[in-house]
Amino acid sequence: MNTQQQQSDTLVQITDLRFKRGSKVIFDGINMQIPRGKITTIMGPSGTGKTTLLKIIGGQLKPSTGSVQVDGLEVPKLRRRDLYTLRKRMGMLFQSGALLTDITVFDNVAFPLREHTDLPERLIRHLVLMRLQAVGLRGSRDLYPAELSGGMARRVALARALMLDPMMILYDEPFTGQDPISMGVLLELIKTVNAALNLTSLIVSHDLAEAMSISDYVVIISNGKVIAADSPKALRESESQWVQQFLNGLPDGPVPFQAAAPDYATDLFDFEQRS
Amino acid sequence: MIDFLARSGRRYLDALASLGRASAFLVQLLGALPSLFTRFSLVIKQLFSSGVMTLSIILVSGLFVGMVLALQGYNTLIGFGAEESLGIFVAKVLVRELGPVVTGLLFAGRAGSAMTAEIGLMKATEQLSGLEMMAVDPFKRVYAPRFIAGFFALPALAAMFSAIGVLGGHLVGVELLGVDAGAYWSQMQAAVEFREDVLSGLIKAVVFGFVVCWIAIFQGADCVPTSEGVSSATTRTVVYSCLMVLGLDFLLTAIMFSV
Amino acid sequence: MNSRTTEILVGLFMLLFLGAMTILALKVSNLTSLSGANGYQVSANFDNVGGLRVRAPVSAGGVKVGQVSQIIYDSETFEAKVTLTIDEEFNQFPTDTSASIYTAGLLGEQYIGLEPGADDEVLEQNSEIGLTQSALVLERLIGQVLLNK
Ligand SMILES: Nc1ncnc2c1ncn2[C@@H]1O[C@H](COP(=O)(O)OP(=O)(O)O)[C@@H](O)[C@H]1O
Ligand SMILES: [Mg+2]
Repeated sequence: MNTQQQQSDTLVQITDLRFKRGSKVIFDGINMQIPRGKITTIMGPSGTGKTTLLKIIGGQLKPSTGSVQVDGLEVPKLRRRDLYTLRKRMGMLFQSGALLTDITVFDNVAFPLREHTDLPERLIRHLVLMRLQAVGLRGSRDLYPAELSGGMARRVALARALMLDPMMILYDEPFTGQDPISMGVLLELIKTVNAALNLTSLIVSHDLAEAMSISDYVVIISNGKVIAADSPKALRESESQWVQQFLNGLPDGPVPFQAAAPDYATDLFDFEQRS
Repeated sequence: MIDFLARSGRRYLDALASLGRASAFLVQLLGALPSLFTRFSLVIKQLFSSGVMTLSIILVSGLFVGMVLALQGYNTLIGFGAEESLGIFVAKVLVRELGPVVTGLLFAGRAGSAMTAEIGLMKATEQLSGLEMMAVDPFKRVYAPRFIAGFFALPALAAMFSAIGVLGGHLVGVELLGVDAGAYWSQMQAAVEFREDVLSGLIKAVVFGFVVCWIAIFQGADCVPTSEGVSSATTRTVVYSCLMVLGLDFLLTAIMFSV
Repeated sequence: MNSRTTEILVGLFMLLFLGAMTILALKVSNLTSLSGANGYQVSANFDNVGGLRVRAPVSAGGVKVGQVSQIIYDSETFEAKVTLTIDEEFNQFPTDTSASIYTAGLLGEQYIGLEPGADDEVLEQNSEIGLTQSALVLERLIGQVLLNK
């Protein structure tokens, strides 16, 4: 009974995850639990592997060791067909939107339905227009992705991700490069969609204020480790230097300003020694 | 020195690794082909971009190559008083060699490079990852239709190249240089065998189509997803395809036409 | 691009392909005469066929009436046995028709010329032509000239 309770509370369970790119260690044994039905944000400096983490959850990359469970399914061990079935229940918004550039907005949003179902065209039209109305772009249905602004492209991508009625949506840096208005629109959309459709949202971001404002739960990762994981309120009150550096945007602290490098003086004089 | 050896050794290993990846890719690609039976419209769309879009360059080149062959052939044959055999010369050269080979080279430059660039850009803009996350297999949706369309388009274009080349030869040889039209066509007909010449030429084109499309699609899917990566993958497609077409042409000629 | 336009253009592409194949099959190569299997076969023995090849033309009075379909060496008669396939419409060759191997031009391709005789009976499937003249072999000709001197 107890385990079942736990399973339904946690949608994504990551245990002791390790991942390497070549010789570079990206994740060095991280653990996290993403609660069901909530908005969770994963924060961390650029290049820590936030996108990589989303791809691991989506089964596009396989971890070296460790377990990634989504809704009780062990993602890295899934067979292709089961993985595809699971992916139909996960929507993912890429940083760029990742819309298909050779078809219109309407066809992009209709795409998952046309690929996975045999619904009649009239019904598809109905469903597509509903989603487009929800993201406020019903009027732009005949435009091509190249004619959309970045924010509009992300909203179309959201409409597309909602098409198969997923249980979870993964957002990769949804706020980067947005003007304040479209930022507000996106924030509002993520919040209402999550509440209205009873979804689980997982946002990856380094836009602090925005992410903190809509999240129920925040995970901070840096240098391949989870530094902190708590509610936004608890984090603000945290004593940890790491957390404070990150939240206050201090240039130097436990996360060094310099990328790992040999000693500065040695490096400078190395050239003269060689020549 | 050691450094140089290590670096060149690594380059060979890299080449070997990419050959390995290309082979695995081909297996997956061929495995995805049966899914096209239910979605033939995807192939039609690709036939448009690899076939129809390459048509004009093929027809114009074929016409000119045929005309040049007639001009050169006439000047040589008249020395032996054999200008009546001009039709044989033009047709055999076109059907056996230049039709498939020149079409293969032009196809690599026009359609192959476009395939690589398009797929590479889809990768760089995360469209391929996006498809995978929507549980859509890029092999079935993106690669297989392009492969089948190109694989079919190249022999078709080669046939058109040869046909219009023979007409170009007629234009120059008969209309301009005054070779007897009856002799041009009847000698050609008597000497050119459908099975030995025309079909063998088409078999070459089929092989070229297979190889060029494989290279083009693999390079696109395997490229580094940046603008620089896409551009160098496109260059590689053209270079490798041309080398493969010329090398395979020698091999196939040796196999099929050596008596 | 409108998908209907695409379809139409691809259809046009297919038509062009068919047209090209038709030209290659019917005008450029001799696919039609190859398919002329509806003829009758007669055989003829020659001492020497020279450079005669399978599919070489068979003509009568300079007009093509068929082609050579097989050349084998007959170990009983020690001669070359040539099978000719003659088109159905030319079924009035008398049985005493003679067959000779000629060369088109001085060094050109070799072909078989038929000269009709005067018999009332005509050649049929599997008949044999008795009167034959072998190929003119240049070396042998020169040898003869030198010996007769
Ligand atoms: N295809 C790749 N090949 C090799 N290294 C990569 C690749 N993609 C990303 N990386 C590396 O992995 C690290 C994490 O990348 P990413 O997950 O995109 O970071 P983030 O999204 O947090 O900015 C980066 O240091 C990057 O250099
Ligand atoms: Mg990223």
